[in-house]
Amino acid sequence: MDYFLELLIGGLTRGSIYALIALGYTMVYGIIELINFAHGEIYMIGAFTALIVAGVLAMSGMSGLSVLILASVVAVIYSAAYGFTVEKVAYKPLRHASRLSPLISAIGMSIFLQNYVLVAQTSDFLPFPNLLPDLPFLANYVGFIGSTEFIIIGTTAVIMVLLTLLIKFTRMGKAMRATAQDRNMAMLVGVNVNRVISNTFIIGSALAAIGGVLIASHVGRINFYIGFLAGIKAFTAAVLGGIGSIPGAVLGALVLGCTESFATGYVSSDYEDVFAFVLLIVILIIKPSGLLGHKPTQKV
Amino acid sequence: MNPILEAKNLSMNFGGLKALDRVDIDVLPGQITALIGPNGAGKTTFFNCITGIYSPTGGDIFITPSGGGRKKITGINIHKVTENGVARTFQNIRIFPDMTVLENVMIGRHCRTEAGVLGAILRDKGTMTEEKAIVARSYEILKKIGITEHVNLLARNLPYGAQRRLEIARALATDPFLLLLDEPAAGMNPQETRDLEALIISIRDEWEISVFLIEHDMRLVMGLSDSVYVMDYGEMLARGTPQEIRQNPEVIKAYLGEDVSA
Amino acid sequence: MSTLNYTKYMEGMKQAVVVSLWFMFLTFPIMVIRVNTIENIIEWRWMNMLYIGAGSFILSFVWRKMSGRGISARKESIGAQGGRKFYLQRLVSEKRLSLPALGIVAVIALFFPFVSSIYQTNIMTTALMYVVLGLGLNIVVGQAGLLNLGYVAFYAAGAYTYALLYHHFGVGFWLALPLGALAATVLGVLLALPVLRLQGDYLAIVTLGFGEITRLVLENWNEFSYGPSGISGIPRPGLFGMEMDMHEATVYLYFLMILLCIITIFVVNRLQDSRIGRALLALREDEIACQAMGINKTMVKLTAFALGSTWAGLVGVIFAAKTTFVNPASFTFLESAMILSIVVLGGTGSIIGIIIGALLLILLPEYLRAFGDYRMLLFGIIMVIMMIFRPQGIVTGVRKTYEFHTEEK
Repeated sequence: MDYFLELLIGGLTRGSIYALIALGYTMVYGIIELINFAHGEIYMIGAFTALIVAGVLAMSGMSGLSVLILASVVAVIYSAAYGFTVEKVAYKPLRHASRLSPLISAIGMSIFLQNYVLVAQTSDFLPFPNLLPDLPFLANYVGFIGSTEFIIIGTTAVIMVLLTLLIKFTRMGKAMRATAQDRNMAMLVGVNVNRVISNTFIIGSALAAIGGVLIASHVGRINFYIGFLAGIKAFTAAVLGGIGSIPGAVLGALVLGCTESFATGYVSSDYEDVFAFVLLIVILIIKPSGLLGHKPTQKV
Repeated sequence: MNPILEAKNLSMNFGGLKALDRVDIDVLPGQITALIGPNGAGKTTFFNCITGIYSPTGGDIFITPSGGGRKKITGINIHKVTENGVARTFQNIRIFPDMTVLENVMIGRHCRTEAGVLGAILRDKGTMTEEKAIVARSYEILKKIGITEHVNLLARNLPYGAQRRLEIARALATDPFLLLLDEPAAGMNPQETRDLEALIISIRDEWEISVFLIEHDMRLVMGLSDSVYVMDYGEMLARGTPQEIRQNPEVIKAYLGEDVSA
Repeated sequence: MSTLNYTKYMEGMKQAVVVSLWFMFLTFPIMVIRVNTIENIIEWRWMNMLYIGAGSFILSFVWRKMSGRGISARKESIGAQGGRKFYLQRLVSEKRLSLPALGIVAVIALFFPFVSSIYQTNIMTTALMYVVLGLGLNIVVGQAGLLNLGYVAFYAAGAYTYALLYHHFGVGFWLALPLGALAATVLGVLLALPVLRLQGDYLAIVTLGFGEITRLVLENWNEFSYGPSGISGIPRPGLFGMEMDMHEATVYLYFLMILLCIITIFVVNRLQDSRIGRALLALREDEIACQAMGINKTMVKLTAFALGSTWAGLVGVIFAAKTTFVNPASFTFLESAMILSIVVLGGTGSIIGIIIGALLLILLPEYLRAFGDYRMLLFGIIMVIMMIFRPQGIVTGVRKTYEFHTEEK
């Protein structure tokens, strides 16, 4: 039973991170129907930026919570800036091109960003300091939930609530929903579609950066390639939940996280990454609309 | 005269929306049949059900090709419908823009020919004969349809009216016994519409292919059709000759709104 | 007039300044700072910031100029059958120019291995392998419009077929060659069957997943594929039992690859203007209309996947024979991405374009050593830039034209 709980917590932790990244995929897909292949790289850049900022601060004598907060804030700002720029450079010029063009451009962007970090920084794994504080009240539950897991799950939960509020109740959220439903119609009623798309990239990227900081603290090391796998898994989560649906992405991410956790715990850890891919392929073949998505009707 | 196309009790639901509600339609051989109705009446949905793009949620579709037996085609694959001799065009033009005009028509011959990968590589006598026949027949169709100058032009560069005609040529290349035209005159100028009218009549009389069309241009429909069906809100409102339809009070009501009689 | 030019110039200037400031800000942490946590030192590379600023300033102007041109280039491609042509395009389409060019290429290809070192012959052989891979992938991506990101799996299938057959049964190269192609074809059909219903982006991601699964299985299933260490000692191809030294074997493989290239070009070329080739194109152009023409979508997709995978299988066998060693590390997603960028650069639908694309992308990084580290960076940039400014590739595919005599009777 303890083992089960441990795996469950592990799964939820993983799932929370996937959720933070999956939201970016699902929001972008909802609005411009593009799989933003470079999204995983935005997350990786967030982690790298946090590492660099934390390193600089630590060497200048700062420590503790202030490092965490500063590093996270800078990481969020930079990831958002990268997300914004990627959209402007690689996707915006292709908005009216055939469907294949932006997809190939996105793959190109992903490869470019990976290698940009590889060339500018290093190909080695870098140790990432655990910036997350210890929570004393969890001492009684040592064994199946640590402070890091608690913080990751808690942060994600809070962010989900905030995001839902943002989308439901703010002007920007309304504009986003309108654009997702019908871009041309939204444009006609005066929504600045370009700004909505930019905002979507900015929000999605910022969330990915938070995911990046959290996972890097949890795992303890990063390299330029972490975005690729995390990206694919988060995308799987988004598809699993029904791409375009925000609660779907969260649900999908948690399901995927737990599946992975239990599968590696009870079956085999050799094939850890295979499970996600297999799950992805199975869903796409059986129920491409996902758990919470609705089936699109073909327009002829 | 036995109908060549029959829809019996055909229904199509999208979620809760009844796009088609127990529709019955007969198309007679050698005729031009029209389907009219306000926007959103379910006309294109009806075509999509017949051509296999949608699978109807209820009812049946039968075809009776000349010289063949009656055959149920409900819910079969799109390409099977064409193979069975029912070809169509689309409301918003769907030519193959980056292929040449001639190639667009040659594609239509696909289901009537059979050269495979091996034939393509070896270019044996059979394949080459077939290929020559495809080219010759496609050119012949283009000539009849009135596009002879630009056969090697990319289809996207054709003027709008010619693109519409090309779509018809492409459909004719599949050797149909019934041709479905979805708003063929949409966006055409009066001259182009007159040419189209002549073309549709020649398809019936010279090619001996029955035509079933959806159209909003009433002058065209009334001048052309042998019989007319009227649809509204997914239901069949009326059928008859153009003369009868013109005088049907229900039809007038559907088109002009309430209280026409008042 | 001059004031208009002046305002335009100032506008460009302003934009360039903003762009360069933005990119200096954007790249600041990653390009300038490098934290060494082991020795606790921070490296500040301020020069990089200067390069970025100057670079993006200039690029902003280039981009502005190209954006204008890009639109006109696209318009030009619209009128591509006829009209003004790119010089490369003329070389391809005018017999007067293309025949002598072909002759020169043939002579170079024939004498290349005799005037250059083993090392260079090897690189050229690799480049030729990518020519075939590019042409193969082009059948799926360029012609049928199905974005396949797991192409490397079929390449791996070929390589492992030979490796395993030799390892277990001592099967030689010449028998393994068709078997490897067959294995890849079968795998292609097996993959295509379940994913037939998927469209565009979903297909891309599933094929990507498929490629990764293949690699992960090869890595972890020790009993089958001998894990990450792979299989070594695979023999090079034989020639009537002749003993060959290293140099001769390299040259022999080179000519083998030339032969395979010629066969591929011949086949792909014939397919292009055939009934099947047209069906592939129609599928790419409009899936619904394609079916409405009586084309069985399922069959066409299967054909595309099968035809595309076969070439990867063939090249896979040759790869195993060339390196005498296979392991999963040779079959990563980056490999698929590289082949895709060849197709994208070369032009989806043009054989010559893809040959040029493969040679450029494989040979340039090899010969310009400085480029070596930036190889993948370059591939990424190429994909983005090509999509934005020249989606049809460096050479536009030209459709076959037919002549008719309008005889009056």
